[in-house]
Amino acid sequence: MTILVEKKLVEKKDTMNNLAEAVEAVESHLHPVPSWEVDAHPLPTGREEVWRFTPIRRLRPLFKPFEGELSHIDWDADQPDEVVVRTLTSEEARELAVEAPIDRVSALVGATGSWATLFEVPAEVECVQPLSITLHGEGRDSRDHFLFRVGNHAKVTIVVRHEGSATFASKMDVIVGDGAQVNFVTLQDWADDTIHAGQTSFLIGRDAQVRTVSVSLGGSVVRISETTRFAGPGGSIEQFGLYFVDAGQHIEHRLFVDHNAPHTRSNVDYRGALQGQGAHSVWVGDVLIRKIAEGIETYESNKNLVLTDGCQADSVPNLEIQTGEIAGAGHSSTTGRFDDEQLFYLQSRGIEESEAKRLVVHGFFNDIIRRIGVPELEAHLREVVETELASSLSEVSQ
Amino acid sequence: MATLQIIDLHVDVQTESGPKQILKGVNLTVNSGEVHAIMGPNGSGKSTLAYSIAGHPKYTITSGSVLLDGADLTTMKVDERARAGLFLAMQYPVEVPGVSVSNFLRTAKTALDGQAPKVRTWVKDVNAALEKMQLDHSFSGRSVNEGFSGGEKKRHEIAQLELLNPKFAILDETDSGLDIDALRVVADGVNRYSAQGDRGVLLITHYTRILRYINPDFVHVFVDGRVAEEGGKELAEQLEAEGYVKYTQNVKADA
Repeated sequence: MTILVEKKLVEKKDTMNNLAEAVEAVESHLHPVPSWEVDAHPLPTGREEVWRFTPIRRLRPLFKPFEGELSHIDWDADQPDEVVVRTLTSEEARELAVEAPIDRVSALVGATGSWATLFEVPAEVECVQPLSITLHGEGRDSRDHFLFRVGNHAKVTIVVRHEGSATFASKMDVIVGDGAQVNFVTLQDWADDTIHAGQTSFLIGRDAQVRTVSVSLGGSVVRISETTRFAGPGGSIEQFGLYFVDAGQHIEHRLFVDHNAPHTRSNVDYRGALQGQGAHSVWVGDVLIRKIAEGIETYESNKNLVLTDGCQADSVPNLEIQTGEIAGAGHSSTTGRFDDEQLFYLQSRGIEESEAKRLVVHGFFNDIIRRIGVPELEAHLREVVETELASSLSEVSQ
Repeated sequence: MATLQIIDLHVDVQTESGPKQILKGVNLTVNSGEVHAIMGPNGSGKSTLAYSIAGHPKYTITSGSVLLDGADLTTMKVDERARAGLFLAMQYPVEVPGVSVSNFLRTAKTALDGQAPKVRTWVKDVNAALEKMQLDHSFSGRSVNEGFSGGEKKRHEIAQLELLNPKFAILDETDSGLDIDALRVVADGVNRYSAQGDRGVLLITHYTRILRYINPDFVHVFVDGRVAEEGGKELAEQLEAEGYVKYTQNVKADA
């Protein structure tokens, strides 16, 4: 809240309506009913609640069944010795998945997928080295399904990097065992022409602790849905996000946390910067607190820093609350330009305006970057942010 | 010898209902080596004076000038005023999340000197400045002003004063909200700074309490956007005994 208070989008009215509806509803009305059947997900028109911010036309290749032989994406992994990698049949993958596809894009991944890849961390194994996977787009259409299963009381950091040029649909399922600790980092560092839509689903075991960091930088259109549910009480998830949207880019993060177990905890903090004509970011943060979910705590925050004219940041937090017996629930959303007071303070110490702005953005993102826990990746991202800023701030100071 | 001259300064603040005049012709000269106290009731325009000299965008100088060694600050950008030798210790220092105190101080020092400070001596200097303000070394790793207590914020301002060592310092109610121990620490810092002999201080305060620790050469009573009376330290003692009633009544009578 300290950064920007130009425009506050806490949708009180919507929340009130949601409350009334949610009392009767079993499933969240914010969240489509998952299904493996492609036909259960009609071709989006762009008028649907979940598609209304998305440039449907640009995403169209991912709404059609794959023609010809299925193309998996090229990937390689740098993994701790303890991690077991297996290929699953699509039936096995469906059996193990946290949830069925929530939209047509991931339903098509399931329907066309001949196999999926499972990374497994056995129970009680603490991996010192991160499991690091890099997906390389080679200019083709690809669809792929990756699953991660972390055993009870295991501990691991998983890093998934997306690079290159692709038209790519992904489904990821992350199954976290009881008492496990998982740090799950994804980096969307695509080439400029990439179209990527994906669904990542987390199932959090009893007393497990999960932290996710999602970083979206490159690509023409990136649209990631992350859903979370709990396999028992006491679990917690912290989700951090960072995006830097340039001219013509569309970057969309949709989060849904289903508090379906008591004494669970969720905290979401996504931050983005936008610069250039037609830069468009979307953040949707939905939280459902079910009747059973007593004693839970949740907070969602989205902050957008608009660096130039011609950008659009859509930010929609939603809470559906079916029980009042909770420790806390809240959300906030801010979108705006630089805070005059911050710039004045820094400049009053002799720091030039462009340098002051650079410092403010550095700080804005550094709060997220420092939580990644992979020093080499943290350093890389600080560099990327500096490079991105160099272009817009030099324009600003002219 | 350096001088800071405030000449017939008129300042408007931007409000929702249009500009409102706050300063109505302020004249004041601070020479290096002097400590000037500006005292006045709430709403008299003391803070406006501080912020408009430093160049806060909320305030518009409608006439008059502020000369630092002859150079007009009012035509300069905020950062240029600082590089000309001006420092403002703020009443409400601003949080800059994610930017560490050490990064901030190094960036400021680099901007003021035109070159980066030497790594080895700089870390030592920073630690020494923090120590003098009774701030722990770990303080330099914290985000600027984020989660600082009121006292920590003020001590951080004075640590900056000592590190950056400007020609002129305006201290805007640095004493407000401090307990007696913190007040002593802060006053000692200001006294060390002015003891160099070639620095000027403009100390803005609502209370006489800090003047027991910092000895002003001149006291100016500020009422309704201008200096109403000037004198030496005895004027502060008189204010301590009588308050501002005499001056505020005059304003009402004028109106």
